[in-house]
Amino acid sequence: MNLGEALRVALRGLRANRLRSALTMLGIIIGVASVILLVALGNGVQTSVNEKIQPLANLITVVPSVGNVPGGAPPKDLIDADVAALQDKTLSRDIAAVIPATSGKALVDGDAYRYRANVVGTTEQWLEVNNQDMSAGAFFDEAQVRSTARVVVLGSAVANYLYGDDPAAALGKPVRINRQTFRVIGVMQSVGEPGDGVVAMPLPTVRRYIFGGGDKINQMIVQASDANAVPAAENDVIRILSERHRIKDSANRDFEVQSLRSRLDTFNQILRILTLFTAAVAAISLVVGAIGVLNIMLVSVTERTREIGIRKAIGATRRAILEQFLIESLLLAGLGGLIGVLVGVGLSVLGANVAPSFGPTFATFAPSVTIPSVILSFAISLAIGLVAGGYPANRAARLRPIEALRYQ
Amino acid sequence: MGDVPSCRKVPIGRSVRCCLPDTGPYAIRLIGGIGGWGASMIQIEDVTKVYRMGKVEVRALESVDLTIDDGEFVAIMGPSGSGKTTLMNIVGCLDVPTSGRYLLDGTDVSRLSDNRLAKIRSRKIGFVFQSFNLVARTSAIRNVELPLVYAGVRIRRHAARVALEQVGLGDRLKHMPNELSGGQQQRVAIARALINDPVLLLADEPTGNLDTAASAEILKILGALNDAGRTVVIITHEEEVARFAKRIVRMRDGRIVSDQAQRIRTEVSA
Ligand SMILES: Nc1ncnc2c1ncn2[C@@H]1O[C@H](COP(=O)(O)OP(=O)(O)OP(=O)(O)O)[C@@H](O)[C@H]1O
Ligand SMILES: [Mg+2]
Repeated sequence: MNLGEALRVALRGLRANRLRSALTMLGIIIGVASVILLVALGNGVQTSVNEKIQPLANLITVVPSVGNVPGGAPPKDLIDADVAALQDKTLSRDIAAVIPATSGKALVDGDAYRYRANVVGTTEQWLEVNNQDMSAGAFFDEAQVRSTARVVVLGSAVANYLYGDDPAAALGKPVRINRQTFRVIGVMQSVGEPGDGVVAMPLPTVRRYIFGGGDKINQMIVQASDANAVPAAENDVIRILSERHRIKDSANRDFEVQSLRSRLDTFNQILRILTLFTAAVAAISLVVGAIGVLNIMLVSVTERTREIGIRKAIGATRRAILEQFLIESLLLAGLGGLIGVLVGVGLSVLGANVAPSFGPTFATFAPSVTIPSVILSFAISLAIGLVAGGYPANRAARLRPIEALRYQ
Repeated sequence: MGDVPSCRKVPIGRSVRCCLPDTGPYAIRLIGGIGGWGASMIQIEDVTKVYRMGKVEVRALESVDLTIDDGEFVAIMGPSGSGKTTLMNIVGCLDVPTSGRYLLDGTDVSRLSDNRLAKIRSRKIGFVFQSFNLVARTSAIRNVELPLVYAGVRIRRHAARVALEQVGLGDRLKHMPNELSGGQQQRVAIARALINDPVLLLADEPTGNLDTAASAEILKILGALNDAGRTVVIITHEEEVARFAKRIVRMRDGRIVSDQAQRIRTEVSA
């Protein structure tokens, strides 16, 4: 029997029991679609998070340790000299820039309102390093840092609270912090909480007028020359600071070094495992689907015992009967797999289009279908057809003609 | 000898012959033909068939000898359970004897494998059963085409149409089995049995489910086929049907109890 003929016979068989075939396929459809969709969702989350973090991936944060080691030397603060050492190109080639910051909570008064903001004193590179943009005015420049200018840049929430919706309205306005008056020269774009509650000003300005603290700083942002240099830069930071703070045992360090990059790697790893795990759970429904195919094929063979007898009487070989039923179950499972792929891809695309309407957090979130998940799940459904159809088809092929003909 | 096929006249499905591969059946026939041309079509020697159902043994055939020549029209009769169908299954290569020998058309087929038997059925034998002959949800013409499908013949449509026209169903080609009367279904089955141009036509109570008129129709077709030279073996309960044959074999308890030729064949009164 040639393939075209076999396919036609199989299609006729499936069409004769439309509802039954559809329900059987449903098991496969659900399994395949959910595997594809879940993998796509996991991928979407990963891509979205990575996209947000990628620009920050070459950053290393250094902060003083809280609490000191009992019996050890008193912890040393991070100071300007530490910053200078890290900036020294002869000590490290992988550190591109170091941005010091000192920060604290302070009450910020506008013309009419008061806002409890996170006041940050830093240098002009801070904006760029944090991957933020201005919505009005400009960030302070190097000259203003050097001259201890009494200027501030407001986070969008602060500007909004003090001077209303229009960020431009805040420009040139005074704000009072710690009984000192500063001039607003810029408003930053929103990045979500808590970054929007920031008030930034030149580091010397903060020291002189607000927090004092001499040459102490409470945070350094170290920029590696690129994301791949992060581990090397991290090591350099630890080496240089340990030397300067005379720390021999890593347990006694009085500073902490964290990189987004290593956290991102951990996150990606966890997410990958999670995605695989959920996909595996979804694949269990494929097993259920396979049992459905097996069941329906067994029923089909029993129902058509007489037909098998007649086909054998008029010359069908075992192989012809085997092929007939195998092709039928392959068609059943393959068609289910195909529809499942379409549904899975369709839902993923739909998700990508609908997600942004759930708010800015989802703006860049798009489930992305991976080709391997499509190929694999379709291949699995074909394998199901082969395996779940194999036993019933073999049974049909082995039926003895006289027994099949006696069956009514 | 070279033109063996033309020895038999082929009224139905003549066009089929040109579609069939010319070797196959005839090659077997020439090589395996121990007795050569003119030997028995069916030669059954001391055949016994025993069915085992758990501990119980049913001896469905008990040392049966039967020879049927080319061109005969034989009716097999006997009470229910006498072994008629069992005999026909063996004659038709659907089953093999427990012991004894069976030569079909000169070839010993009593010990062949499933697949070899399937090939022989495909080339040499046409079956008509009592009922539920046709593959459901499959049109008349597709049913008739099936033996050609299994024989690996590619161009089938025309032959199938001609065969259906010969049994008077040229206007029912696309009908499904459940849209045909019992007599029409049997005629489709006959067309299907003949499309491979078999040397032997076996019918197990082909008129068992039909009224007199439809029975007469079927018998007329079988008679015409036999007149044209085809060997026909028919199982029946009805004396009128049996009288229509040239020879009546009677069975009881798995044995042949009488075997008589009829000089005058009754004509069918439709
Ligand atoms: N597959 C089988 N397994 C067991 N016993 C069987 C089988 N086929 C037939 N028999 C037994 O063999 C005997 C002959 O059966 P068979 O079908 O040949 O009778 P029959 O002459 O065709 O009867 P009927 O006129 O009722 O069709 C019966 O006793 C039957 O029960
Ligand atoms: Mg019987």
